[in-house]
Formats: sequence, C-alpha cells, structure tokens
Amino acid sequence: MKMNRTKYWASLILAVNLCFSLLGQTEQPKIVIQKWVDPSKEIPISISGFTGEVYATLKFDLEVMGCKVVSSEQASYSVEGSNNGNVQGRLFIAQTKNQLLGKAYSGGTLRDQTHAFADDIIFALTAVKGIAQTKIAFKVDFGSTSEIFISDYDGFNPIQVTRDNSIASAPSWVSGKMMLVYNSYKSGFPDIYSHELNTGIRKVIAQYSGSNISPAVSPDGKRVAMILSKAGSPNLYVANIDGTGLQRLTTTKEGESCPCWSPDGNTICFTSRASGSTALYTISSTGGQMKRLQTIGAINGTEPDWSPDGKMIAFTAQMGGFQICIVPDEGGEAQILTAGADPSWAPNSRTIIFTRNTVRGTRSLSLLDVYTKRVKDCNRMKASCSQPVWAK
Amino acid sequence: MKNLKIKVELVLVVLAVVSVVVGCKRKPQPPLTYIPGVSKPITNEVAGFGKEGTTGIETDKTIAIPIPLPTTNEVATPLADRDLIEGMIPDRDTFKLNIIYFDFDRSSIRTSERSKLDAIAKVLKSKTETKIQIEGHCDERGTEEYNRTLGERRALAAREYLIRSGINADRIFTISYGEDKPADPGHNEEAWAKNRRDEFILLLPK
Repeated sequence: MKMNRTKYWASLILAVNLCFSLLGQTEQPKIVIQKWVDPSKEIPISISGFTGEVYATLKFDLEVMGCKVVSSEQASYSVEGSNNGNVQGRLFIAQTKNQLLGKAYSGGTLRDQTHAFADDIIFALTAVKGIAQTKIAFKVDFGSTSEIFISDYDGFNPIQVTRDNSIASAPSWVSGKMMLVYNSYKSGFPDIYSHELNTGIRKVIAQYSGSNISPAVSPDGKRVAMILSKAGSPNLYVANIDGTGLQRLTTTKEGESCPCWSPDGNTICFTSRASGSTALYTISSTGGQMKRLQTIGAINGTEPDWSPDGKMIAFTAQMGGFQICIVPDEGGEAQILTAGADPSWAPNSRTIIFTRNTVRGTRSLSLLDVYTKRVKDCNRMKASCSQPVWAK
Repeated sequence: MKNLKIKVELVLVVLAVVSVVVGCKRKPQPPLTYIPGVSKPITNEVAGFGKEGTTGIETDKTIAIPIPLPTTNEVATPLADRDLIEGMIPDRDTFKLNIIYFDFDRSSIRTSERSKLDAIAKVLKSKTETKIQIEGHCDERGTEEYNRTLGERRALAAREYLIRSGINADRIFTISYGEDKPADPGHNEEAWAKNRRDEFILLLPK
C-alpha cells in the first residue's frame, strides 16, 4: 500500500515534469545552432561533474577542437557526467536541456575514455570526426643525437621508436598502419627507412650515395617522395614504399626539399630554389613540369603540408622568424596564422600541430585551431621536440 | 697520315668554335627572372652556384616559371658509389684548419675560402690512395629539412670546386647534417657564422 502510494506520487511528478518540459520546449524561441554558420566562432560549452585528469583532458580536447569551456550561464551546450571508475556523460543543449548524447565508456585508461567522449561530443556538435584519439610522431633532440617518438596527439604517452644514438629525423606515417618512414644516420650516412612499430622490423628504402633525406609517404601508403643527392644535386624522387621503381622528378641544380603529397596522391608540393629564391612548387607525382605555387604575402615557403580535404596547403614562411601560413591548394593569398614552423594537418583538416621556439634554441610542440587561431601547447617532453606529423 | 689526322682535328676544333659562336648568337634575350647557374656564364666562381649576394629574395609576383632543363655542360656529376669508401679510416685532423664558411642561406664558395680548398686539392693530388668526405652544415635559421638540403648543396659546392681543381669525382663523398651538428651551440650571429660550414674528412686506405 505504502509502495503503491510512492509509485503513484513518483509517476505523477514525472508526468508533471514531462508536461513542463514539453511546454518549455514549445514555448522556447527557435534555437539557432551556430555550427555551420561561422566555424571561427568558438562553441561555448560548460563542463560539470568531472574531476582531475578527466576534467583537464576533456577541457583540453574540446578547446583544441573549437570549443571554449565557460560557465553554465554563458554556455550554449553543457556536458554533465562523472568519472567514478569509468567515464560517463551527457551532452545537452544548455537552454532546453535537450539531450544530444549520453554514453558510458569502459576499457582503456580514463584518458582513453575521456578522449572517446570528447570525440563523440564534437561529432554530435559539428558532424566532423574528432581527433582526440589520434597519434603523432616527432623528433626529439638530445643534443648530439635525436630520436623518433610517437605519442597521443596531446603529447601524452610518449613512446620512443628509434634507439640508434644517431640522428633520426623527418618522420612520416604510413596511412592507416602503425608504420613510420624516416631518415636516420645510423649507418653513418643519412638514409631512409621504413619501420613497422608493432614488430620493430626496419627496411631500407633509400641508401644511395650522398644524402637520402626528407621522406614523405603518399596518402595510399604505396609510394615515398624524398630528396636524394645521388645525381650530384639534391632533387625530388619518388619510389615505391619498398624502395623499388625509383623515379627522378626534378633536375634543378639549386635543389629541392620538403616534399608532401596531395590527398589524391596525384601531386607533390615541395620547396625549390629553382628561381634563385626559396619558394613552393608543385609537380605531378608521375613527373612533368614543376609549377610555382603562388603565396601572396608570404615568402621563403618551406615545409608544405596538404590538408586531408585537399583545400589548403599549410607551410612555413620565413620573414624574420618563422610563420605558419595557409594558402589555397591552387595558390593565391597566403594567410599568416601564428609564429612557428613545420605544420602538419590533423585528419579533421582544421587542427594543425607545429613546432614552436619557446626559449631560443629550445623547440616544443603546439596545436593550432585554424578557424579560431587558438594555440595550445602539447609538449610533455623535457627535451627539444620538432617535426611533428599527424597520423591519418 | 699524321697530317690528315691533324687536319681532321683542326676542322673539328674550328667546327666546335663556330658552333659555340653560333650558339651564342642564337641565344634568346636574357629572361626577366634571373635563374642562377643556367643563364649565367661561368666566370671566376664555382659554376652553377651563383655569385655571392646576387640571389637575394625576390618578390612573389611570378607565378609559373618554366624550369630550363640543364644543358650538357651543366649536368652535375653523379656521386660515386658509397661502397668505394667501405672500411676506409676517417682522419678528421688533416683538414681541421680547412673548414670553409658560408654566407647565410648560400652555398656558393666565398673567395676567401678558396685557398683552403686549393690546399685540400693539393693534398689529395699528392696522396692518390686517399679519398675525401665533405660534411655540409647550416645554422639554425632555416627550417630543418630545408637546411638538410642546404647542407648537401654546400658539400656539393666544395665537391664541384675540387672536381674543377682536377680531383676525380669518384674520390669525393658528401653528407649533409643540416643544422643538427652545430660547431657552436650559441644563438647569435657569431655562433651562426661558425655553423654555416663544410668540414673535410680525409679517408685513408685500410
């Protein structure tokens, strides 16, 4: 009898609540969601219920991907949840309390669960796949030697890949595989290797006379663009991922550097001094005439990186210090985004990881949101880090 | 018979001279954009690497620049097989004082550095059993992989000078360290000037 009465009251309250919330919804003015209107505007979002590392990670992830964590009064969206044992949370439209997402996570570490939740939130808000669960590779400088490391995109969980006590540089991911291609001096000469991260198997891609440097793996993982000096000048070459089928693409005496691929694999963008000054060029990946890429407002372009959606090329300009710039892939007006060097696009074609000179001579990794131009440091190493590349 | 041979040779020489002269006359008007090492005649500098200070920063007005294919006399000499120096003993002392220095972002040999290269060429000529490895280095003011190419260009510029001095190309080996091995770890012009360099390692037979 007593039970029944409780149940009765509970259902009544629920019903009343439901009526109120329904009424509330119909009386609310139409919500305008800004997500497609202006991506350069940060999405104001509030976080409650999470603590410690989970809170910090969630805030970092969301802010990197274009949100701004604000108080609940200022927020357009609210994230609520808990991290007792595992991460669970919900995403609401702040004004209406309409739930857009509700999930609990298990497995992995709390960081892994938090990254997964952040990606789900971003997908719910923008319909673009999040990047919080991606990896990066980079070069760590130990003074007279340097080694290749990989880590989570935010710099956590670094793993040392090379241990050669030599110079290793210019890591490049083989798309969709736990495999890197990089340059190492372990033989005494700069050669190019592929390295399967799970098995540790290394294979030589190029060890010709002179310098074999700056490898860049094609988006389909089948070819490698690189700079070889074997013919007497440092020029652009392409080979299969196992080093066979080597083809020379440029023949300038002044030399080329820093190749990168268009996402369709048809074009390579690189730096050349063919005209006497340092500038960006493109060439068909099967050979042909090299074409100057116009970068109005930015000079001395090096280190190009093509966005995964194919629309933009990020690069380093040198105009009294280094600047991260972007230019449309067909060339044109360059936009200077921030001070720094060696940009690499995230799979979302929105976030860029790059190298920043903190103190003179010390380099660290930072993340840049191209739309909001917000920069966040992601360096977790004490040593100098550079040449970050995003796994895609 | 001998006379005929001389005559034939004479004719060939005359033909060669005529073709050079004709070639010069047929040369099109100088292009608007200066392309070092292509349109420039070989003067008193190392060919193809531009005269110091003439290849300054250009404006970005030009969009498409046709890249001239190198003509026969400008094709670089391919590098010799690396196996040729397998097991040779590196001697870093002999040419310790012959380190040559470069201007910022340049790979042309400064006039002031030529005597050091001449001295190296002399030693190589007298010790025919030796080979040489040239290490190109940069200061930290370029981007990393750009510098790795620049270091190689600096090593290749010295190689070219030695080849022109009569050293066989298969005795000269190059390597670029980019900005990874500074001679001076400082971050000022004094340090940078010391870091823009070529070092020479004499390779002795086993």
